[in-house]
Parts: sequence; C-alpha cells; structure tokens
Amino acid sequence: MPDQLVYAMEVTLNGLMAGVLYSLVALGFVLIFKASGVFNYAQGVLALFAALTLVGIQNGQVPFAHMINAMTGGHLTDFGWHVPALIAILLTGVVMVLLAIVIEKLVLKHLVNQAPIILFMATIGMAYFLEGFGDVMWGADIKTLDVGLPQGINETIEAVTDRWFGYGFFIDNLDIVATLVAILLVTALTLFSQYSKQGRALRAVADDHQAALSVGISLRFIWVLVWSIAGFVALVAGIIWGTKSGVQFSLSLIALKALPVLMLGGFTSIPGAIVGGLIIGVGEKLFEFSIGPMIGGATENWFAYVLALVFLVFRPQGLFGEKIIERV
Amino acid sequence: MNDMSDVYMTADGRQIGGVLMELKNITLKFGGVTAIEDISFDIRDGEIRAIIGPNGAGKSSMLNVISGFYIPTEGEVWFKGYKRGPMKPYEIARLGIARTFQNIALFDGMSVLDNIMTGRLTKMKKGLLAQAGWWWTGAAKEEHENRDKVERIIDFLEIQNIRKTPVGRLPYGLKKRVELARALAAEPKILLLDEPMAGMNVEEKEDMCRFILDLNDEFGTTIVLIEHDMGVVMDISDRVVVMDYGKKIGDGAPDEVRNNQAVIDAYLGVAHD
Repeated sequence: MPDQLVYAMEVTLNGLMAGVLYSLVALGFVLIFKASGVFNYAQGVLALFAALTLVGIQNGQVPFAHMINAMTGGHLTDFGWHVPALIAILLTGVVMVLLAIVIEKLVLKHLVNQAPIILFMATIGMAYFLEGFGDVMWGADIKTLDVGLPQGINETIEAVTDRWFGYGFFIDNLDIVATLVAILLVTALTLFSQYSKQGRALRAVADDHQAALSVGISLRFIWVLVWSIAGFVALVAGIIWGTKSGVQFSLSLIALKALPVLMLGGFTSIPGAIVGGLIIGVGEKLFEFSIGPMIGGATENWFAYVLALVFLVFRPQGLFGEKIIERV
Repeated sequence: MNDMSDVYMTADGRQIGGVLMELKNITLKFGGVTAIEDISFDIRDGEIRAIIGPNGAGKSSMLNVISGFYIPTEGEVWFKGYKRGPMKPYEIARLGIARTFQNIALFDGMSVLDNIMTGRLTKMKKGLLAQAGWWWTGAAKEEHENRDKVERIIDFLEIQNIRKTPVGRLPYGLKKRVELARALAAEPKILLLDEPMAGMNVEEKEDMCRFILDLNDEFGTTIVLIEHDMGVVMDISDRVVVMDYGKKIGDGAPDEVRNNQAVIDAYLGVAHD
C-alpha cells in the first residue's frame, strides 16, 4: 500500500476524533438553541467554568481565595484535602445546576417573549461575566486537569496497524474515550428529547411560549432544565478538552470551533452537530495534509469556516436543520 | 358547584349543571386604557357560552383573564366554588382550563401527533428517572395509555391522515383543528376557544360547528367561545354575553340577546355618547 494513502488514513482517523471533540461543544449550543431559540454565546465559557470548578474542587482549593485574602489579609489557598475524581465531577454537576438556576432567576426570567437577539446579547454579557467570575473564584493560573482518563498513544492500535500496513497509527487514548463519551451522550440526549415528556415540553417551549403555557408547561422549569443540561454537556466537554490541553482561558475559545460545525450541521439538530463535527474534523485534517504543504500550512485555522460558508450558500439551514417554510 | 338547584335540560336534551365558573366585577386596565370594565357573568357546567361583540370590545382580553394570561386589575374569578388566587397561566392550565388562540399557537416544528401529545403533559406523572427506566418503571405503559387517548381525539376530529405531518406544513383550517385537538387532549373542564372559525370557508365552519357541538355532547366539556359569525353563535350557544367597548351590554339566551336594543345598536353602529 502506498505510504501516502496510509498516512491519509491515519489523518482521517485523527480527524474523526478531533471532530468528535468539536461535536461535544457544538452539542451544548444545539440544546439551548433547540429549547429557546437562543444562540448561547456563553457555551464555551460554560465549559471553561465547569473545568475550573472541577479542578478547584478536586484540589480542595478555597473558592474566592484571592478575594478573601485581599480583604482579610490572610493567606488561604486550599483546604488541604483532595477530592476523588468521581465525587468532584458530581459536585461540579451540582454547581452547574445551581448556575442554571441563578441564570434563570437573574437573567432569563426577565426576558420572556423578548426577541432572540436580546437573549443573544444577554448570553454575551453572561459569557464575559462568567469568565471573570471563574477567575475570581478559582484563580487565573493555568491548571492541569486529571480525572484519570487514559492518555497517550494507544499501543494496541499502533501494533495492529503496524502489522497490517507496516506503519503504526498514532491514536490518542483520550480521543478514543472522547468518542465513546460522545456516543453515549448523544444517545442519551436524543432519547431524552424524542421520547421523554420533558423532552417534548422542551421542544414545545422552543416553538411557542404562549402555546406552551396554555398546555401547562412551566417555562421557568424548562429553562432551568435546559441550562442544566447545557452545563452538564459543557462539563463533559470541559473535562475532555481540559485534560487534553490544560484548563486555561483559551478553553473558552473552543466555542469558536463549534460555530462552523453548527453552520454545517444545522443549529437545531443533535445528529447534525455530530455529523457536522466529523465532517469539519476530517475535512480540516485532510485539507491540511494534502493541500496544506503546497500553500504554506496553517490551514486548520480557517478551513472549517470556508467549508461552513460553502455549505451556507447551498443549504442555509445546515445539513439537518429544520427547513424554513414560509407560506406566501 | 355551589348551586345545583337550577340544573336544567336543553331543548336538544343536554344537561346543564350549576355554576362552574363565576367572574365577578372584572376590570382590566393597560395603563390608561380600560380593556374590560366591571364585567360579571357566570359559566355553567356543560354549557356552550359565547362571548360576542364588535372588534376591540375586549372579548379576547376576557378569555385571557379566564386562562390567566392577563391578571385582572380588579375583580375575582371563582372556579368550582373557590376563589382563584393569582396564578400563572400554566398553573391554570393544570386546573383543567384549556384554550386555543385567535392566531393559532401550535408547535410548528413538531408533528400533529406530538403537538396533541403536549396536551397530555400535565396528565403524565412519571419523573425523569422513571422515564429512563421505560419498560421497567411503567413509563412505556403511561406513554401508551396517553397515546390511546390522543388517538381517540384524532379519530374524533377526523385528522388521522395527517397524524405524522409537521404542523408547519398544514393549511390554516387543519391547523385550527389540530389546535382544538391539543386543547381537548388535556380533558379540560372548561375549553376556551378564541374565534375557532375565523378565516374558514363555509364548509370548514360547518365542520368546526359540528365538532364543537359533538365534543360538548360527548365529553360534557364546558365551552366558552368567541366568535364573530352571528349566525354560528346563535345556532350553537346556550347563552351569550355581549360586550362593547369593554362593557357588558347583554347576557342571556340567543333569542333574548338578539332582541336586546343595546346589542342591536352596537352591531348596527349607533353613535356612542
């Protein structure tokens, strides 16, 4: 087998894995968009906040230590204990639900029946506030996140491919875990949205607030639920991205990677987020591999957007988005 | 029901019970505008009660007060013999008061079946975890039971053939029917219909009339409806409230109302002083 083809296969595999990671982030956007018609600019920051909180709880950090120290002149840093990963994840989940309740109470409740652009603006405000709040709460230094996920090159795959092709593929264990987690998450969310009564209520609220009220759906409950789920998805994305590249400000920028995925897959479709992520992941890796060297590389930064733009031109609602039917 | 003494039978043999809901001195103001001024009337169990009046008379506002979308500035709403406190629209829906909207509020992205199933949300008691158990916890059984009820309503309203169609694609008349189906799915005590026949052709109107009469007869649902078509109103309703400029100018059986001088004036456009 020619070397180029084997390399391309490895690149494709890695692209698929990267795509899964993009999908994980895109998923959070889709959930909130489906349920409230709002593009939640804060989704990336939500992931950062979740990861920061997780590291903080795991390491027994004192929340707001800097602030308390500055006000009292003390030298608090941590409680001196270490919380097991699983418990820390559960506690972070609780924090994300509390955050959802606070967001609903302080912001969303007052914006019922407002235009989507107003809500979008509100999420921009929330994004920057949360970013600063995360820093104040847990400190702005770069942290490493380790919840015991396997990392490093998967040796089995390397050995097997070496035997087949005479060349061992480098596949990161973490990417494999991410893929499995993404599959689980998507299955659970799809089942929830299609078959549970809360899922049905959630889709109803997305469509029409008045009608939802008239059949006895509490908007506030649904919003807390949606933001909790989005927080949970952000937590999962935060864990995986945080493990991969450390917990720091740039984690919130993964949101930018999700945008082209959404444009491609459609803002309202969970499968769309997955397929869109995979196409973008594979597309940008293969493009970098095949065309990149000819034009000086660094194509990964913009290729996804170009691909998404091309899709937008031909299919504005995205691959799986709801068709916009306007009766004239 | 606080008063069972005057239960009576209608000419077509339906039984009208005591007072189910009573509106006492309802006033509704938006800033300086008075949409409803000191209106009182009652709704009896099992009757078809119409609210009529020229455009801007405050009919829809009245319906919104009953369904809790507006909170009256003054006055009380009594339901099943109890005074209703300040409640959110969704809480009132859960009490058994379902409604349709003047300009159709359906869930366009969902199928007809799913739209109607949302009407049964308040009837489904299984929590999130129980639903995750599906077969094991009986959530599947609950879903199927509710689905059966919905199928019966679908048959009743003759919309079997569009069951799986996304609502957004349906023509106007059918959307109205689906909206009625969704409201019916909640098995309401009182069904509020805001201009159920507006914008329909004669045939569609006749169908809708038949459905309203049938569902009142078959399920005993109390119906409060707003309608512009006087012929329709006089044909199907037991009692009629007439509103004009936010005030009640008439209340009674269709024949009484028809001969009421104030009503004739309002409809023929006699100058208001």
